[in-house]
Amino acid sequence: MALLTCDHVALGYDGREIVSDLSFTVNTGDYLCIVGENGSGKTTLMKALLGLHRPLRGRIETGDGLRQQQIGYLPQQTDVQRDFPATVKEIVLSGCLGRKGFHPFYTASEKQLAHSAMHMLGICGLAGRCYRELSGGQQQRVLLARALCATQKLLLLDEPVAGLDPKATAEMYELVHTLNKEKRLTVIMISHDLAAALPYASHVLHIGEQLFFGSVDDYRTCFTKGGHLA
Amino acid sequence: MNVLEKISLYFQYSYVQNAFIVGVLVALCSALLGVTLVLKRFSFIGDGLSHVAFGGIAIASVVGLSNNMLLVLPITVISAVLLLRAGQNAKIKGDAAIAMFSVGALACGYLLMNLFSTSANLSGDVCSTLFGSTSILTLSAADVWLCIGLSAVVLLVFVLFYNKIFSVTFDENFAAATGTRTGAYNLLIALLIAAVIVLAMNLVGSLLISALVIFPALSAMRLFKSFKAVTLCSACLSVVCAGVGLLTALLADTPVGSTIVAVDIAVFFVCWIIGAVGRRG
Repeated sequence: MALLTCDHVALGYDGREIVSDLSFTVNTGDYLCIVGENGSGKTTLMKALLGLHRPLRGRIETGDGLRQQQIGYLPQQTDVQRDFPATVKEIVLSGCLGRKGFHPFYTASEKQLAHSAMHMLGICGLAGRCYRELSGGQQQRVLLARALCATQKLLLLDEPVAGLDPKATAEMYELVHTLNKEKRLTVIMISHDLAAALPYASHVLHIGEQLFFGSVDDYRTCFTKGGHLA
Repeated sequence: MNVLEKISLYFQYSYVQNAFIVGVLVALCSALLGVTLVLKRFSFIGDGLSHVAFGGIAIASVVGLSNNMLLVLPITVISAVLLLRAGQNAKIKGDAAIAMFSVGALACGYLLMNLFSTSANLSGDVCSTLFGSTSILTLSAADVWLCIGLSAVVLLVFVLFYNKIFSVTFDENFAAATGTRTGAYNLLIALLIAAVIVLAMNLVGSLLISALVIFPALSAMRLFKSFKAVTLCSACLSVVCAGVGLLTALLADTPVGSTIVAVDIAVFFVCWIIGAVGRRG
């Protein structure tokens, strides 16, 4: 069974429909890139996948033993975070909270999990540093490490390279690629920058005026013919 | 008689001891929650709720309740829940809703007191409710025990849910996506604030409560960079400021509430300078 299935889903706010009749499946090991114009409903779709936003119609189902709470999520940064006094370690550890239920304090195994997530992303040296003093690329790695504490299976990334310089952007793509290939993590990524994201992706979902879902190769053929590829 | 002798003399009186117990506990609780409130951009909720509590006291005094806490606490808790809901509702934005509640309760409270008060010294009553001028020194044993009980609950809940409060404060979307019930925790935070505000009414009066919530947190944020350190520092600063403020007020015969707030403000500027120098050095 597929890891994630969207079946004729319609999304929108206050009765206004932004996306309609959206169907796609994500299998273990896939790297799905969601593209589309501003306001086409990419972030709304991601919130729906996370269970934060109810679809107007249709069903979103998880399979393969994945619960909705086990999806690792890398949100866009908020204003609150830019000025937040917290160390890298505190933030990464908070990724473990979803799995704990009522238990109030972190266990040794959770601390170990946080440590290995930081190790994987090369930010162990930053553990005691303050989040707001890090560079944009480092901050994204911290949030990615937190997401890794929450999931072993599926990562959702909402414009992970927004605001990063070219070098940090390339590093971020490489990092996600490594997680996808070596850790067999399934990745769903929203991206503006089609040209940079496509080489790593296995599937593309284009939402907006034209709906498209398929492999990257199909997307290339389909859209290059029409001359639409960005 | 030197200052130390004077202080030790004062501490033989039970009303001074009571004032200290309540002052320290209230300062501790408000500072702990203050960090979360300031970071969540909720500072004004404290202000709004304190005005609601003023309205509650007005009603209690008009109805003639001997222990006005019994009425003020539920009213403030309900308002906290309503305000939080309003913050999430797009129709009336959070800040407008708070302003509405806040001035509405203040106006109605004063109106009620004027219309129905049986007291001979109305403006004195209003002034002490707003600025808590002397009520901290006239606490009954029941007040003190209520304060100890409520503070214990606030502290216990804060310690037990510390990690979750951090997560919800830092990134509500992530917390919700990974299965933390953020709505419930926001409600919990609102309930704790309501409890702290009702407690703090006795100490600094309803107009100055926000200072007790906001200043220690802001001071601590100038100095420290981890959430834990900021929370602990905020609690320590607040307790020290409350103690120093109370003593100063007793010795210099100044109003208790505004003296404590003045000490808080002074400490904030000291922390601000230390922080600025530290960043440059």
